[in-house]
Amino acid sequence: MNEMDQFKQTYFTECEELLADLEEHLLTLEEDGSDVEALHAVFRAIHSIKGGAGAFGFDRLVTFAHTFETTLDLMREGALDTTPENVELAVKASDILSDLVQAAQNDEDLEDNYEVEIGNELAKLSGGEVLPPVADGEDDFDDDFDLDFTPVAVGEAAAAQAEAPAAADGDEAPMRTYSISFVPHANMLARANEPLLILRELKELGTVIAKGDASNVPGLDALEPEDAYISWTIEVITSAPREAIDEAFEFVVDDCDLTISVDQEPEAEPAPAPVVEEPPAPQATATLRKEPVEEPAPKADAPKPNAKEKPKGGDKKTAAAGKASSVRVDLDKMDRMVNMVGELVITQAMLVQQGEKYPDMVRGLESLTQHTRELQDSVMAMRAQPVKSVFSRMPRLVRELSSITNKKINLVMTGENTEIDKTVIEQLGDPLTHMIRNAADHGLESPEERVQLGKPEEGTIHLSAEHRGGRIVIEIMDDGRGINRDKVMQKAIEKGMVQPNATLTEEEIDNLILLPGFSTAEQVSNLSGRGVGMDVVLRNIQNLGGRVGMRSSPGKGSVFTMTLPLTLAVLDGMIVGCGHQTFVLPLANIIESLRPHPNDVNIMAGDPNKVVLSIRGEYIQLIYLHRRLKIPDAIHDPSKGLVVVVETEGGNKVGIVVDEILGQQQVVIKSLEDNYHPIDGIAAATILGDGKVALILDVAGLMGMSSFAPAASADQPQQQGAVG
Amino acid sequence: MIKRILTVDDSKTMLDMLEFTLKGAGYEVLQAVNGQEGLDVLAANPVDVIISDINMPVMDGITFIQELRKQPQNKSVPVLILTTESGQDKKDQGRAAGATGWIVKPFDPQKLLAVINKVSPS
Repeated sequence: MNEMDQFKQTYFTECEELLADLEEHLLTLEEDGSDVEALHAVFRAIHSIKGGAGAFGFDRLVTFAHTFETTLDLMREGALDTTPENVELAVKASDILSDLVQAAQNDEDLEDNYEVEIGNELAKLSGGEVLPPVADGEDDFDDDFDLDFTPVAVGEAAAAQAEAPAAADGDEAPMRTYSISFVPHANMLARANEPLLILRELKELGTVIAKGDASNVPGLDALEPEDAYISWTIEVITSAPREAIDEAFEFVVDDCDLTISVDQEPEAEPAPAPVVEEPPAPQATATLRKEPVEEPAPKADAPKPNAKEKPKGGDKKTAAAGKASSVRVDLDKMDRMVNMVGELVITQAMLVQQGEKYPDMVRGLESLTQHTRELQDSVMAMRAQPVKSVFSRMPRLVRELSSITNKKINLVMTGENTEIDKTVIEQLGDPLTHMIRNAADHGLESPEERVQLGKPEEGTIHLSAEHRGGRIVIEIMDDGRGINRDKVMQKAIEKGMVQPNATLTEEEIDNLILLPGFSTAEQVSNLSGRGVGMDVVLRNIQNLGGRVGMRSSPGKGSVFTMTLPLTLAVLDGMIVGCGHQTFVLPLANIIESLRPHPNDVNIMAGDPNKVVLSIRGEYIQLIYLHRRLKIPDAIHDPSKGLVVVVETEGGNKVGIVVDEILGQQQVVIKSLEDNYHPIDGIAAATILGDGKVALILDVAGLMGMSSFAPAASADQPQQQGAVG
Repeated sequence: MIKRILTVDDSKTMLDMLEFTLKGAGYEVLQAVNGQEGLDVLAANPVDVIISDINMPVMDGITFIQELRKQPQNKSVPVLILTTESGQDKKDQGRAAGATGWIVKPFDPQKLLAVINKVSPS
């Protein structure tokens, strides 16, 4: 990766943050147009995006950002009001900006004129020039980046500079004599501009004859050490163009009285006889021809107290001495560290297991265990980010939904600062968007309907996040109509998802809507209800090792609950034995384990494969692990082995029959897909303390393999997302 | 003597690119992400040149320059403002605050080095 690519990567990462900022602050502005801080932040974000884009030659992005920025600048200065319409336009423009950034990042071409409409509206507001219809040009310079990236013109000075060498190279470059009168204003030195440096720069152009006039230097009693008193008469004999002379005075033109006149205009055609004998040496080797710069009266014009005092001990790494409150680290590096910590956890588990033989080591091993755990926690914490970054997109969504559905919706968010692994956050956006849509579209009633029902006209969607028992729980709660269970049942039976005579609990009925292909929307709206929907949410969340559940009370609303692991890399597991094999059951799924009384185990009438266990009056289905996975030497009778009662995301409980429980341990998830291939009923693998590979069971997948479950999630066996 | 340059910008991209160009030219580079941090860095590290953005959160470039010019040891350090705004008003504001000169973003590395050499010859 060359430097340019690295800079680009930094830039796009930065853009992501800036766009999120932009959105957040635009929202604030939408609520309160007078929020000056938000306005400034919006401006800064656009400004920064533009700045970087210019450096990489993303011309189209620059042009649009510039138009956007100009309008925002007027708002910032109060020349333009932050009316809701104007803010709305800014919101649209921020979308376009985001698309342009993305196009630049992916090196895609957006359709021509994609941004023109909004751009013109912005220009209309600012009274600026209308955006030219652009098709993105090739970035022709950023590929061969060496030292000189973007040769973008830096004002006229650069143009002059570009011209200068050409003129110097040509044989015909005529010599001219410039006469300059340079009278610095008293305050010129206050900006650290040095007349001597200007003379030095002129000297590089050719021959310089300079005279200082110290007649204005006052007596010591009246002398202001920081004022400039000396004025200069300068003659420059050079082949360089006028612009080069101007450039030397570029920073001081407003701090001095300056007149520049050309004594000798170059003749048009005939090569003029050189005025000076020696050839002009435009480079730094040129010497002053005669009377060098007159030594000014006792350095009165430039007393520089500490300027030349060089830092001592500069070899110390002082660069980092400034406050560094955060460090950016490449995600790959983080992942590598997470993996290494994972390996360390395994090694530690291995040592602990071995250590039982050596009582002297016990204490050392205990602290090793503790430290490993702490190390792991802190590494995980480094990857953690507040869910805010996803939540912050939702108010916008809700507003859009509100206008499309003509429903009044109030979005309440809590727990935005709850932290969760970055990889989980990244994949949270889609499911969340879908569920909010769902709540707005299907959940909430129309305002009229709500009023009839005696509810407030405005519906409420409550989005919350919190940590609960080592997992993060995200809830989407609406106060809408809730689930019409009769309708759901009827539909499920129609679709053959449920047997007509089946009796399901209310909760089971509610959770039917999470099944693939289930949708009760009477008409397919363009919001949700395309049949792909909740099952996609379910799958996404399951891929993250999470669960989705729902509760509903008819007429009062529904609550969707997503439960997610804090990280994808490790898992708290219960190690169980079945025959000669060892398996890991995710602790999060386990409700209890027990050895049942033989009388409590019953075979269902009519289906010898279906065995149920009665626990405190509740019947749950038993899954014999040895049968599913064909393990010959396992204990067959549950009353001699153990039943581990687990719960799936759908809330279904099953009992898994195993031989014994071997222990409880944190395991590092190794992906089966990456290292082998997916297996039904198995989520992933791990390496245990004794170095053996153990498979992590996928509870939902196991149920899917059963004849009982209505294909709850049979087609996507990995219930635990895996990180290699 | 290796010259030391303080770069102040809220954009990591810009800081990176400045650092790359300046280090390549043999300068030592210090960084800060806003004016306040710039002042903090200056308190502990004298520098030869300061390059600062204008629009920054916490403390903008104009305030930063005003503040640093109040400090005797930074009165005559050349300060270049780095900004996409080539408009005269920004330059004027910068000059009023005490900026020595300016560089318009996106900067051309050669031009950048030339300007630094102009205000602080090696």
